[in-house]
Amino acid sequence: MEMGTSLLSGVLFLCCTGGICELQESKPSAQTNFQSVKPFPNEINNPQAFPEPERTSLPVFTMDYHRIQIPFEFTLWVLLASFAKIGFHIYHKITIWIPESCLLIAIGLIVGAIMHSVKEEPPAVLNTNVFFLYMLPPIILENGYFMPTRPFFENVGTVLWYAVVGTLWNSIGIGLSLFAICQFEVFGVQDINLQENLLFASIISAVDPVAALNVFEDIGVNEQLYIIIFGEGLFNDAVTVVLYSMFTFLADLPVVESSDVFLGVARFFVVAVGGVLFGLLFGFVAAFTTRFTHNVRQIEPLFIFMYSYLAYLVAELFSISSVLAIITCAITMKYYVEENVSQRSCTTIRHVVKMLATVSETLIFFFLGVVTITTDHEWNWAYILFTLLFAFIWRGIGMLVLTQIVNPFRTIQYTFKDQFSLAYGGLRGAICFALVFTLPDTINRKNLFVTASIAIIIFTVFIQGISIRPIVEYMNIRRTHKDLSTINVEIHTRIMEHAVCGIEDLCGQWSHYYWKDKFKKFNDHVLRRILLRDNRAESSIVSLYKKLELQNAIELLDTRMGDLSAAPSVVSLNDERKESSRPKKKFLAADGRKMHDILSKNMYKIRHKTMAYTNKNSLPDNSRAREILIRRHVSIRRSLRAGSFRELPEENVPKSQRHCDADKNNLTLSSS
Amino acid sequence: MGASQTRSEHKYQDLAEKSGFSLEQIKILHKRFQQLSGNEETISRENLDGIPALANNPIRKQIIDAFFDKRNQHQDEVGTVEEIGFEQFLMVMSHFRPPTLKTTEEEKEAMRREKLRFLFNMHDTDNDGTITLIEYRKVVEELLSKSGAIGQEAAKAIADAAMLEVASTNVPHMAPDDFYEGITFEHFEQILKGLEMESRMHIRFLDVDTMTMRCGKSTS
Repeated sequence: MEMGTSLLSGVLFLCCTGGICELQESKPSAQTNFQSVKPFPNEINNPQAFPEPERTSLPVFTMDYHRIQIPFEFTLWVLLASFAKIGFHIYHKITIWIPESCLLIAIGLIVGAIMHSVKEEPPAVLNTNVFFLYMLPPIILENGYFMPTRPFFENVGTVLWYAVVGTLWNSIGIGLSLFAICQFEVFGVQDINLQENLLFASIISAVDPVAALNVFEDIGVNEQLYIIIFGEGLFNDAVTVVLYSMFTFLADLPVVESSDVFLGVARFFVVAVGGVLFGLLFGFVAAFTTRFTHNVRQIEPLFIFMYSYLAYLVAELFSISSVLAIITCAITMKYYVEENVSQRSCTTIRHVVKMLATVSETLIFFFLGVVTITTDHEWNWAYILFTLLFAFIWRGIGMLVLTQIVNPFRTIQYTFKDQFSLAYGGLRGAICFALVFTLPDTINRKNLFVTASIAIIIFTVFIQGISIRPIVEYMNIRRTHKDLSTINVEIHTRIMEHAVCGIEDLCGQWSHYYWKDKFKKFNDHVLRRILLRDNRAESSIVSLYKKLELQNAIELLDTRMGDLSAAPSVVSLNDERKESSRPKKKFLAADGRKMHDILSKNMYKIRHKTMAYTNKNSLPDNSRAREILIRRHVSIRRSLRAGSFRELPEENVPKSQRHCDADKNNLTLSSS
Repeated sequence: MGASQTRSEHKYQDLAEKSGFSLEQIKILHKRFQQLSGNEETISRENLDGIPALANNPIRKQIIDAFFDKRNQHQDEVGTVEEIGFEQFLMVMSHFRPPTLKTTEEEKEAMRREKLRFLFNMHDTDNDGTITLIEYRKVVEELLSKSGAIGQEAAKAIADAAMLEVASTNVPHMAPDDFYEGITFEHFEQILKGLEMESRMHIRFLDVDTMTMRCGKSTS
């Protein structure tokens, strides 16, 4: 803890002196440059009327700060923010109670205070282009890439309903109420017209539920609630961006006519549908490209990033929703690409996506803290307090009304507790800040807007972010059973789906299983043939089984079992060792038989793995084993000698079911 | 006309209480029953075999058998029947009724158990109360039979691995010579604790009468 803080203060000092140094360094370096660049006069041909300039010798040590200034400062900022992150996790209990975004803003505030006291300006890098072209795409890509697709598609209607209609409701509600407030002279904000209010309201409605998501995931709330918050946070970025551009356009117009509103609605649909189409296009092209990359494995991850970024940029080119484009691209790509690329590329892709997103978000929050101290604020009690109030009220009412409307269409309906958590989990964050900061300067009360947004963000992130965990725990929301990938669960999930599908066919009822089935057929016959290199339609049960068996076999071989060399099956084991070093994807029947033999000879138990793909701050953790039970030594020798597991003929069925755990002294049972 | 209407309304009311469906849903199901049975009073296996949409379903045999299994009638009887009437049809379908906002926690628990019981009965074909390895293997084979490129060996291996899992979770400290007989219903429940059934294992009733929309796809 002390080490962390001293490290932190060291880097802070470095940053500040780095900033200060550049002011002082510029002068001597200029002089040095000047002198070294000046050509020496040709002493032979031209007579010297004036005394020669002093001859300078070759400078041994120079400093040229200007040249490296921009990348250097960028790196220092990123490094500082990352140190801050390390610092938080040293005392890990902090992150349970205080969300990371709070801590980042706090550190930003401190750095801002330091910079302010030495009269230094923060680097003026956060303008529209930088934000929209460089900082936003990684965040959205990460959200799209790690979206849990099955719950999403099962609840897609509800998600879109809350995201689109909810955001519209919030923006228009808050905008109109603030406009009403502006009419009162006593508050002193009369010069803000309707368009500007709506613009501000649309920015404020952008929900960024990262902290809420972390809490929900830790507690393990039910899937329906989780996917709504996730999806809403994701898709309302798209809606907000569209509204933002629409309202900035309208804010410039002196008079707004009804035809403009109508055009706005039409534009919304064009933007949304166009975004999805572009995303699909690029997703399929990316998947198709990875079909041919098996000889250039090193650059496989590059394709993912280039294609998704391309989708984003091309959508920006046509001014359609780039956020939707990149999300759709990520979702489409992920399924096919992860089958085509190698295991390492897959891991690399995931790592890099998470890393870029973390850097981006960290920078934005950090910057928020710094800017809070260093900009000129315009504080207007009334406007800010009313904004806060209306934000709460409209979100709460919105949740109630929307849920009432959508509940009859759902089979699992949202209770009041769910609705409350949804409403309370609506924190504002990075996107809101960036959008308001990059408002064009033609908006005359821009400073007020900036102040108000910062106030709301800080309020929601700190107060709501910290209190949401105790509240959710207290309310005892319906939890989900953490999905263990065991073979039994997988088998029975399939059986259940087929059973329901069959019953539905029997009753002549359609439902989303019908569509799911249709899509699956289309996928198997058309898409997989074109997009995948190695297309053998594989049941998920078999892939899960393969994965578990392979990993267990590899692990078995990795553990030190010297006695195993005495086993008669040493040949097959050595083969397995060679082959396991290159994890294969093909599951030939011969491999299956070999593995089965080895494994049954050594009698192990399958690991239970949990796959948490959606934790924002950590990577999917494939290696957490719940139980490892490996028989060793004596028990193995005994079983081999008995030869009871060489074959599994039908009549020996009772013996093959002997799951013995002999020798308690030799057992290793580790449970986490 | 009027009298028979009220009579069938009465019957529906009865059935609604027994099975948990609403009157609307029972009417829809009754129409479907008439269609499947060719307007007779009972349906037999041949009627259900003839449904074209079921042909692609890997576990269609189990599903069809489930209708004729007495254990799914909530009446503690065992054995199979050859033909079922509308009431029995409804009772089997009641395993898949959708939950409403009004179902309490205990009812949800009970529904979950019912569904698990249904699945258990599907596997336990010899009615002895446990799922043995042979029965489990059969299930897995049927399930994977449509995915192609999977041999019987692999299906057997997967079934074995699954049994291993069940044994390890439920009976962690088996002595060396113990012998795991089969999966009992309690073990079955235990192993499927992670399975999210409430939101998935039920049918959705649309308001549209889809029978009339399926022109050309009659089942007789």
